[in-house]
Amino acid sequence: MREERFFTRRCCITVGFFLACSSLLPLPISGFPHPQQTNRKEELLAMPGEIGRRGGRLVISLRSEPKTLNPLTATDSPSREVIGAMQADLVHINRATQLTEPALAKSWKISPDGLQYTLTLRQGLRFSDGHPLGADDVLFTFRVYLDESIHAPQRDLLIVAGKPPTVRQVDAETVIFQFAKPYGVEERLFDGWAILPRHLLEKPYQEGRLAQLWTPSTAPKEWAGLGPFRLKEYVAGQKLVLERNPYYWKTDANGNRLPYLDELVFLFVPSADAQVLRFQSGETDIITRLGAENFSALSRGQRGYTMADAGPGLEYNFLFFNLNDLGDKSSADLTRKQKWFREVRFRQAVSAAVDRDAIVRLVYQGRGSALWGPVTPGNRRWANASIAHSPRSLERARTLLKEAGFSWSTAPNAESTLQDSDGKPVEFSILTSSSNADRTKMATLLQEDLKQLGMRVQVVPLEFRSLLDRVTQTKEYDACLLGLASFDADPNTDLNVWLSSGGTHLWNPSQSHPSTTWEAEIDRLMEQQLATAGYDQRKKLYDRVQEILAENQPMIFLASPDILVGAKNSIANFHPAVLEPYVLWNVEQLFFRNGGENASR
Amino acid sequence: MTPPRRLTRWLVALVVLHCVVAGAGFFAPYDPVEQDRDHPYLPPMRVHLMDVQHHFHSRPFFYPLRLREGSFDQYQEDTAAAVPLHFFIRGADYPLLGFLPSRAHLFGTDGTRIYLLGSDAYGRDQLSRILFGGQVSLLAGLLGAGVTLSLGALIGLAAGYYGGWRDDLLMRTAELFLALPWLYLLFALRAFLPLTVSPLEAFLLVVVVIGMVGWARPARLVRGVVLSVKERDFVRAARGFGASDMYLLRRHILPETASVLLTQAAILVPQFVLAEMTLSFLGLGVPEPTASWGNLLASLQQYSVLVSYWWMYLPALAIVPFFLGYLGLASALQQRAGTYKIDEQSSWSPT
Repeated sequence: MREERFFTRRCCITVGFFLACSSLLPLPISGFPHPQQTNRKEELLAMPGEIGRRGGRLVISLRSEPKTLNPLTATDSPSREVIGAMQADLVHINRATQLTEPALAKSWKISPDGLQYTLTLRQGLRFSDGHPLGADDVLFTFRVYLDESIHAPQRDLLIVAGKPPTVRQVDAETVIFQFAKPYGVEERLFDGWAILPRHLLEKPYQEGRLAQLWTPSTAPKEWAGLGPFRLKEYVAGQKLVLERNPYYWKTDANGNRLPYLDELVFLFVPSADAQVLRFQSGETDIITRLGAENFSALSRGQRGYTMADAGPGLEYNFLFFNLNDLGDKSSADLTRKQKWFREVRFRQAVSAAVDRDAIVRLVYQGRGSALWGPVTPGNRRWANASIAHSPRSLERARTLLKEAGFSWSTAPNAESTLQDSDGKPVEFSILTSSSNADRTKMATLLQEDLKQLGMRVQVVPLEFRSLLDRVTQTKEYDACLLGLASFDADPNTDLNVWLSSGGTHLWNPSQSHPSTTWEAEIDRLMEQQLATAGYDQRKKLYDRVQEILAENQPMIFLASPDILVGAKNSIANFHPAVLEPYVLWNVEQLFFRNGGENASR
Repeated sequence: MTPPRRLTRWLVALVVLHCVVAGAGFFAPYDPVEQDRDHPYLPPMRVHLMDVQHHFHSRPFFYPLRLREGSFDQYQEDTAAAVPLHFFIRGADYPLLGFLPSRAHLFGTDGTRIYLLGSDAYGRDQLSRILFGGQVSLLAGLLGAGVTLSLGALIGLAAGYYGGWRDDLLMRTAELFLALPWLYLLFALRAFLPLTVSPLEAFLLVVVVIGMVGWARPARLVRGVVLSVKERDFVRAARGFGASDMYLLRRHILPETASVLLTQAAILVPQFVLAEMTLSFLGLGVPEPTASWGNLLASLQQYSVLVSYWWMYLPALAIVPFFLGYLGLASALQQRAGTYKIDEQSSWSPT
């Protein structure tokens, strides 16, 4: 699992690079007034949901230590998960409905031309150290996020048509964002930008040490946020303890201030199996990112906890061939194989021969969905329903191969060998990551599927770093099985997978010009949807992208796993979502029905 | 029991075990790589003689297993239809002993597949995989031991016979090899080798890799024997008559090392089988879908498999009789070598 996240991060960074090259302008952000010491009434946000009781500590395991608590530099998923519980944004995407809802901004308005976003801030809020929040904090936040010397991974998401927005303050509660071009994602763009405390960070920023600030070992009083929890204690190699933020700005329907929990503890448990054991023994209260096999092992021995299948997530697994144009550097062997890989009917034949149902059944134990495109059924708003879900058909595969000039050494049955038009046998290898048992399993199934077409396939499990190196740097590979997981449902998150210039355009990354006409068309459509306002218009464009991908099969989409989680029965308001963070998205509302037992632990 | 009889018994036991593995195609009901995607993680089936109505059948039969409603890996016996077991049946093609095309199988069924030892994650027959996996693991062990012993014998002979700086050089190298953490060395060696290799190449690589590692101990033992033998009267006499070095080594000294080498072989083979299993277990050995005992155990690295499917442990049991056989053989050989020595010495003493 760690891998896709690594990849997403990598994509962010690369997108940032290519989208932002032309935006070296100084940042036009207006002046910073002093923090106003207002005594106005707090404008709290009341949340629907079950009314809970205060107290208790929730323990959850993390796969590794968060590298940083600094939202400006956090890229790894443990850091993002922890920061998610400690920080807040202006407009938030509800992970359950996948729609936006007010957060630190109580309302927003988009001008008819789609260029100007006017956000009205909640008044009377305070950071976790008691310092009041003002519009100047918002201005400061976006100034540092957009500062190129900080290298914030999210920066590129605000760059439209090569230009960052200008941010200015109208009055104490109103902030205006002015973009150069309409931005298709609209107010969703404000999700995930943690508003930072200017009073703590302005000095380090001027001294140029902001990016190194806020490691997990930071003293709690040097840290402040607007999220439901604040830093309490960090024990290297063991745990990170967060405590309730008494100034948090959400209440339940009865007006009780959230969060309910007194403490949130992240234990660092490096292996998935160890996490399962900790959960089973009751040491942790919630488990996420479960594989299907561990999920069913836990389901069998249920005692005091509930396992939940939140449905298909956003991760998509796929096979792709090496379509890089390597010129002279290419080995004769690879050049010969690329002749097949470039043949669209070859790729279509491989796709037709894949038994996706078997993958879902055997790899995910039925807890997943077969895929024919990159948008999983979990992404309800953007999936193109008209993409054909063609079942496995070896006849169709054989017909396609025959049309493309392939033949069989003997009769086309399971024992014969597929040959290309020069009489060479079709043999290639598939790289997979050795640390991911699921994908290695998929590759073994593919191997058997393709054997029935007479292709000889070898599966090469490789350590993930060296696999990445081969795919993105040396480009010495035939085919590769990987997965990507978008962190939001919006198509923009996958921008640099589909743009031919993108670093995660895996089959042929970072092209200066699109090498095929269909890649050029995808480029055009993706850029067009980026600047188009309105869901319906964008959906039409993105649907077309999905159709082109399904037709040309640069990636042969295989399957998507469900989001599998578990929690103790005593935890209430537990509503796992398919967007990250799967279970902690409503951490402020989680509570223990019988709080005392847990608080004493 | 006298040592020669013990030796024979162990030898017979080992020969039988090896024959079963060598004839895996005959004893296994199915092709070891054939997937039955509707029956993953099927538990071992029970063979019955008595049906649910308590009628006795002379032909053994079994009840097919069906998935429980809504479950992925929970099966129950479907007692409506008994499937009889057939012996000496024609089934899947396989090359007997690697070259004789054959279709005869010891047992099988007409329709529903039988899984005597259950199936793995892809619905492949565990029994067939254990038998075919044994071919890979045992052959790797045997060939690896062969490589090691040849190397060890050569180096030991050279060091012991020529002595001097050659002895020093070779023995210090041997000590270095003994001191190396060989498991990590195996990793390093395997990591340097090419990635995309066919199963056969991978197998040969494994053999060479494990064969290269263990030569130090046999070399030291052989050297010791050579050092004592070369001073014996019959060797000196032969040298006195003008025998060349090559002749002496071949005719007089090498035969004296035979018992040491045989005992070492019996100890090394199971060790090297284990080494192959370790490599394959860690994914550095023979690639999927080829079966080897290490490959078969690799799925146990996952906690869920460990707790849910006990029949995945069975490949680990398969090696036990082989280990016992080889270790018994080794101790019988050692005993024989010991008594021979005493016999020889007692026959010399009067003269």
